[in-house]
Amino acid sequence: MPAFSFNDILLLATTLFSVGLAGVLVRRNMVFMLMSLDIMLNAAALVFVGAGARWHDATGQVMFVLILALAAVETAVGLAIILCLHAHGRPTLDADTGNLLRGWNHG
Amino acid sequence: MGEILLPLLILCPLAASMIVSVSAGRMGACAIGTVACTGVGISAVISIILSITLLSGPPAGVLQVTLWPWMHIAGFSADIAFMLDRVSMVMILVVTIVGLLIHVYAAGYMRDDPGIARFFGCMTLFVAAMLVLVLASDLLCLFIGWEGVGLCSYLLIGFWYNDPANTAAARKAFYMTRMGDVALLCGLLLLATATGSLRIGAVLAAVTNGQLAPSGVNLAALFILVGALAKSAQIPFQTWLPDAMAGPTPTSALIHAATMVTAGIYLIARLHDLFAMATPIMALTAILGTLTLLMGACTALVQSDLKRILAWSTISQLGYMFLALGCGVWQAALFHLMTHAFFKALLFLTAGAVIMRTGHEQDIFRLGGLRHAMPGLSAAFAVGASALAGLPLVTAGFYSKEMILSGVWHVHFGLTREWTLSGHPLWGIALLGAFLTALYIFRCVFIVFCGKKQGTSATGRTSRLMSIPLGCLCFLSLCGGVIEMPDTLPPLHLFSTLLDPKTPLSHADEPIWLVLAGALAPLAGLGVAWVLWGRATPVMHEIPGQAAIIRLARTGWGMDALYDRVFVQPFRLLTWLTHHDVLAHAITATGRLTQAVSGRIFQARTGFLDILSIWGSRGTGWMAYLLGQLDNGRVRWYAAWIAGGLCAGLAMAVLS
Amino acid sequence: MNPLPALVLLPVVGGGLAWLAEHIQPHTTTPARDASWWVVLGILTVETLLLVMVTFHHPAHAGPWLGHFSVPWIPAMGIAIRLDMDGLSLSLIWLSLILCFLCVFLATRQVTVNAGAFHFLFLATLTGIIGTFLATDLFLFFFFWELMLVPMFVLIAAWGHEDRQRAAMKFFMFTQGSGLLMLLSILGLVIAHYQESGELTFDYFTLAHTPLSPAVSMLLMLGFFIAFAVKLPVVPVHVWLPDAHTQAPTAASVLLAGILLKTGGYGMIRFNVMLFPDAASHFAPIAMGLGVAGILYGAWLSCAQDDVKRLIAYSSISHMGFVLLGIFTGSRMGMQGAIIQMLAHGLSTAALFLIAGAIQDRLHTRDMYRIGGLWTAMPRLSTAGLFFAVASLGMPGLGNFAGEFLVLLATWHVSPTTATLTTAGLVLSAIYALRMVNRIFLAASRPDQHPIQDFPVRQMAVFACIMVFLVVLGLYPQPFMMFSAPSPLSVTAVTSREGATP
Repeated sequence: MPAFSFNDILLLATTLFSVGLAGVLVRRNMVFMLMSLDIMLNAAALVFVGAGARWHDATGQVMFVLILALAAVETAVGLAIILCLHAHGRPTLDADTGNLLRGWNHG
Repeated sequence: MGEILLPLLILCPLAASMIVSVSAGRMGACAIGTVACTGVGISAVISIILSITLLSGPPAGVLQVTLWPWMHIAGFSADIAFMLDRVSMVMILVVTIVGLLIHVYAAGYMRDDPGIARFFGCMTLFVAAMLVLVLASDLLCLFIGWEGVGLCSYLLIGFWYNDPANTAAARKAFYMTRMGDVALLCGLLLLATATGSLRIGAVLAAVTNGQLAPSGVNLAALFILVGALAKSAQIPFQTWLPDAMAGPTPTSALIHAATMVTAGIYLIARLHDLFAMATPIMALTAILGTLTLLMGACTALVQSDLKRILAWSTISQLGYMFLALGCGVWQAALFHLMTHAFFKALLFLTAGAVIMRTGHEQDIFRLGGLRHAMPGLSAAFAVGASALAGLPLVTAGFYSKEMILSGVWHVHFGLTREWTLSGHPLWGIALLGAFLTALYIFRCVFIVFCGKKQGTSATGRTSRLMSIPLGCLCFLSLCGGVIEMPDTLPPLHLFSTLLDPKTPLSHADEPIWLVLAGALAPLAGLGVAWVLWGRATPVMHEIPGQAAIIRLARTGWGMDALYDRVFVQPFRLLTWLTHHDVLAHAITATGRLTQAVSGRIFQARTGFLDILSIWGSRGTGWMAYLLGQLDNGRVRWYAAWIAGGLCAGLAMAVLS
Repeated sequence: MNPLPALVLLPVVGGGLAWLAEHIQPHTTTPARDASWWVVLGILTVETLLLVMVTFHHPAHAGPWLGHFSVPWIPAMGIAIRLDMDGLSLSLIWLSLILCFLCVFLATRQVTVNAGAFHFLFLATLTGIIGTFLATDLFLFFFFWELMLVPMFVLIAAWGHEDRQRAAMKFFMFTQGSGLLMLLSILGLVIAHYQESGELTFDYFTLAHTPLSPAVSMLLMLGFFIAFAVKLPVVPVHVWLPDAHTQAPTAASVLLAGILLKTGGYGMIRFNVMLFPDAASHFAPIAMGLGVAGILYGAWLSCAQDDVKRLIAYSSISHMGFVLLGIFTGSRMGMQGAIIQMLAHGLSTAALFLIAGAIQDRLHTRDMYRIGGLWTAMPRLSTAGLFFAVASLGMPGLGNFAGEFLVLLATWHVSPTTATLTTAGLVLSAIYALRMVNRIFLAASRPDQHPIQDFPVRQMAVFACIMVFLVVLGLYPQPFMMFSAPSPLSVTAVTSREGATP
């Protein structure tokens, strides 16, 4: 099996990250946005694994496991928010319908 | 055997108290009374056995029991330890025997009270605490009993708690004695610091060895004296005792005769070696005692409440004991303590029976002519009264008072080198006091038992449970004094030899007129009382209340009002004023101030901004619109901004 | 197996179980809260067994330190999970467990809303407290110090009485703010040690030997002192206490008064006096002055309160003044007195709070004027109330007196005038205690009083145990004094750890 150089891995990670970023920016569906976020996280994780392989250090793999857990948690929380929104009577997945981040006192 | 009996002596009333308290509501009145009397009775038997053992031993024999170490630490040690010597022997006999008689009486007196369990729980605990106080061989251990009797007196004085006046009287008693306790505690701290132990023997040895500076000895004696004054209701702490009449009568008898107020006398007698080193304090003790005895007698003379007369007479008699202590004749003080316990218990219990049978009437002017309705009680009261007055030869009070008077006559206080204080004026006042004592107590006797029948009528009978203790006390009040006689009579010194076998108190050079004067004063008082109140048409029905001084005397010389004005009211006012935590308010106020200031600054700033915005309203508005467009609240836009910003940042970092 | 980490972790894990138990229990048979209650009881029993094991079965070679546990946590910064137990921490942990049992038997069952969460927070606080008593790594100590704060804050804010939000906020702000000062001091000490020796460590024993200039050591000591003074509390910073105690639910009041305040005293002994002995002795006159002020001020304000819980809260301030006074007398006697006073105050005040809580549960008021006399209706409750009021006024023969006497004696050695002044506090304590007794126990009952239920025999038996404890503590404190002495640093720091680690 041909060994990938570290550069290849970085390239792949960057591509993945860009795809994820584009997904977050372009898609309006919140489920897709979550998926894109996961792609971005995985890209970061990939870099860690690659770096671990490059410098023969187990820390990279530890960090990978950490990111895996983080991604799972993040997805769980995100989906929970979506379900909560549904339960509270907003049956839409469109992210642009909400603008609470703007702060409620500015109207 | 003594090692077991001595703790058992204390344990019996304590156990009775526990049983009675725990079983509250489950045992009948009879059972409760029986348990309590059994507890005290066993300890009375034990104390008699112990006394016999002690007396049959060597003259200076002491029974020491150390139960367990209390606090042992670098620089200080205290033990739970008890000691029976001759002084405490006299005390335990008085406490248990008189206590037992009072308990038997109370079993009859309190039979119908719903709170009888609580009552006997406290009474037996009272006796136990007093026994701890008396037997302790460590001053700190003594302090347990000292505070314990205070607590029990509080609970018993406020026994009928439904009336706020009773609980107020109870609190007053506790607070006043507590002040004394704190002073005593200071004295203990001083002694403990100086000697590293509070063992009575060790402390006295250290003091007599000169281990303590004279000023330290004086200070310690002063602290202890204040404690004793408060406990024994002497000037200036005397006001709590008359109010303490709020409790049930057996309680009053117990407080006045066997426990509580005698604690102060006992403490000073116990530490007489320490006091002997502090001459100024001795003089102070004697002077305060003299003042108190005079004041108590004068006040008793104008009271109209039967129990209050007795209360003031207790204060006055305690004044005699303090006088004796101050003059160094502590044996006389203990002797008087003993006889006083007999006749004062008798007087109180009789008064209680009279009051009970007349439907709780305590005003002597509404009682009258009770001689016919209750001859037995009248006789008992008369016996008690004669003993209190000290009618010569036939009563116990005569011998003990005589012992005090002769001791006072011989005393000289060497305060400084050139200035000495003779005991003669004190003797004169004490003699006057003896006269007044006879006057006020026979005033009471004549008004209540002789004379015309008043409105109140006597009902019922005195139960046997109550009359038997009265009989015993009558016997003791009459014959309890013959064990010690002045030298002019057959020189019998059983009591003082008992206490102090080495140097029995004897004044062979005593002039005979001294004894005669002591014998005549009460008789004169009796005579005057007969003239004023005793005859069929009394000269004076009631002491006129118009004179300001009499009105003042009736309220205890206005001391209550004075204390109320000087201490109680200001304290109440101050606590009311500081009701809300001042410091907390100060801190909260600081917070508020900060808030207000920042609000003001904020306003000023908005004002400034207003002007600014007028100047550049158009430009600002345009910018605001642009920024508002950025701040649209949409997640994706935010993400884009973050990504863009990151890219820009990275670009700058890489390219630069 | 080393029992110390189990001792710390068991309550919080058990608390989680208790929370779960509330949801697992089917709602048909018994109330759901009972399930979590039983779990809590079980956890506390296991914890007690553990503690018994520690008490009676410690390795003989360990010297005065009864147990040691050490695992690296963040080695890069020299932070480790270090737990050490000496007599002082052991006796305070015993006190905590006894009080928790008291709460569980008498108070937490009354919580009806969200009982599982309540129990979880309750046990989480216990973990924080036990951790505080055991931690010998300064970072870990700070961690536990903050840990016990948060659940307590939630307990007050969620289950408290009418004005709970404000009280909880006050509590949080005062303790949190002072905790930050302590963190600064800890960091300062660590950095000073780093500069001195080039070793970055948070180990208590290592840091104890850091040479410090007097000014720096005084500054660091003050940082610690302020944090502990807020917890104890010392008078100018006691402001949070009356509100927090009054508004907290009964169980939280008991924890607050019984143990949380003791962490302040513990910290002063362990960190102020033992880490900075010179600075502490320089600071002693001021600290003693503050102690006397606390005794008198607390007692004075206690005399003026109409709210039962507030009255008890102010009396706590007064009693903790004795602790401060005793710790800073600088003698072993004063220290022992302070420890005995902490134990006795923990028991007596906790019992008083439980009684006040029981009264509030039954009558829905804490105002003494509206409660009226209770003896006729509730003789058992009133007897217990009378006993603990008397204990709190310092009756000889009960625990509080033993502590107060030793403190006073140690103070008298230093300054007789101060001691004399302090004894005035004893008169005031009689005034507030008896005022309370004569308002709500031995007083005429209110005419409109409804029939109320007295303590059942079971609960009274629990109180009887506490009474026996107090009497034993008052009449035979010697074993406690031997047992609860804090282990000196010098002897044990190296030897005991070397004995225990392999």
